[in-house]
Amino acid sequence: MPPQDDFRKQIEALRPYLLRFASLQLRDAAAAEDAVQEALLAALAGQASFAGRANLRTWLTGILKHKIVDAIRRQSREPVLAPDADEEGAEIDELFTARGHWDERPAAWGDPDSALQQSQFFRALELCLERLPERTARVFMLREHMGLETAEICKELGVTPTHCWVLLYRARMTLRECLQQTWFGKR
Amino acid sequence: MKLLTCKETTRLVSQGLDRELAFGERVALRVHFAICLGCRRANRQMAFLRRAVRALAQTREGGA
Repeated sequence: MPPQDDFRKQIEALRPYLLRFASLQLRDAAAAEDAVQEALLAALAGQASFAGRANLRTWLTGILKHKIVDAIRRQSREPVLAPDADEEGAEIDELFTARGHWDERPAAWGDPDSALQQSQFFRALELCLERLPERTARVFMLREHMGLETAEICKELGVTPTHCWVLLYRARMTLRECLQQTWFGKR
Repeated sequence: MKLLTCKETTRLVSQGLDRELAFGERVALRVHFAICLGCRRANRQMAFLRRAVRALAQTREGGA
């Protein structure tokens, strides 16, 4: 088989993984499909720059991340990402007493990493992510799924670092609470 | 040194995942963790969330 075909086959085999990666961030099947397509085309065109690198998936994921950020940039120009209701996080206040102590102390999660072996856990996590307000979810996934630095995220979404931290804090507290209710509290 | 409430502590724990905390902030967290089981748990759980989200892309679509 000519090396070009071989390379094409190898990257095609990674398409499902890339599609999943893009969908988790973009929450839109069509947009995810487009980003993956653009990334695969760019990968084919840039095959030479892959030569000698160890990990094809890591290289492709890197290309895909740029395409995802491009997609977000395009979306951000449309008025879809108005601030979520309650961005200052009043619902976080409810987790604490007026004096700032836990209203209900977080329960122990035992050895949470053992949940990472269970597909049902990831389903529970995805459901919790889907419940997050749109902009909060986007910022959280840019940070934790895509691994962008807060400064980049602020720049892309046009928010201040302080506001980014508020959104990330809210996302983490809400997800922690949601996983407690839907997973760890039920074990 | 100012003592942190649990609310302030969790906010700093979260920020510690996104920026380098100042020395004083790290000390204040340690002091609070020493006396607060709830915040020690919240600290571990937020770090776990990061590992869980990173593992998410490796799972099959829909996770079913």
